[in-house]
Amino acid sequence: MEISNYCNMFLSGTTANVAFARSTVAAFCAPLEPTLEEINDVKTAVSEAVNNCIVHGYQGTSGEVHLEILLFEAMAQVTVQDYGCGFDNIDEAMQPFFTSKPQDERSGMGFTLMQAFMDEVEVRSEVGKGTTVVMRKRFGQNA
Amino acid sequence: MNILVRYQGSTATLSPTGFIDEYTANDFREKLNELIDSGVRTVELDMAGVDFMDSTGIGVLLSRYKIMKSKGITMQLSHCNRQVDKLFRLTGIYSIIATR
Repeated sequence: MEISNYCNMFLSGTTANVAFARSTVAAFCAPLEPTLEEINDVKTAVSEAVNNCIVHGYQGTSGEVHLEILLFEAMAQVTVQDYGCGFDNIDEAMQPFFTSKPQDERSGMGFTLMQAFMDEVEVRSEVGKGTTVVMRKRFGQNA
Repeated sequence: MNILVRYQGSTATLSPTGFIDEYTANDFREKLNELIDSGVRTVELDMAGVDFMDSTGIGVLLSRYKIMKSKGITMQLSHCNRQVDKLFRLTGIYSIIATR
């Protein structure tokens, strides 16, 4: 598949940048003419992924979030990466309602929502090095 | 995020506007806490002005719902936009919190 456009950026891992990240991805995907529902799906998944970087990856410490968007003919691939603490049990982390921070009133639905709203989600993580989430969304499937 | 609260008898209608995510969730939580302590019996959440919510908002909503329920306060949801509606459907919120 040929890449039609791409975007690479680093954001400070602060909560104020969650809205910026999802809005940026939505705007960048606009040339592919996604439906409102499709773009809302992408925004929700990006919000969850960036939240995870800040809340779980950096856990209140400073750090950068790497955001990469690749556009193909009718598909967007969004990569969200942090360089924080990482984790070793991906299967457990991706279970619905699993949270490492129940005391913070977390719903534990982050990865579940990414999977529900995107067509493909891949997670790679290494303790002490960080976490990378790659998500793909095809547009126009319900046309 | 702006949050308007209107009181009518023992019912408070909470109308947040903007988005509810990690950045704004604490404002939402604090406003719900105020209502828990205000003595109202019913809290209506008018979501018409909320254009986006993620799982952080779900966490706040569920935790406040549990506290309200334990104190005999009824929570109701209304006027969710398409994004919020889909989020609530997928996370099962509608099977827990009533809509009107």
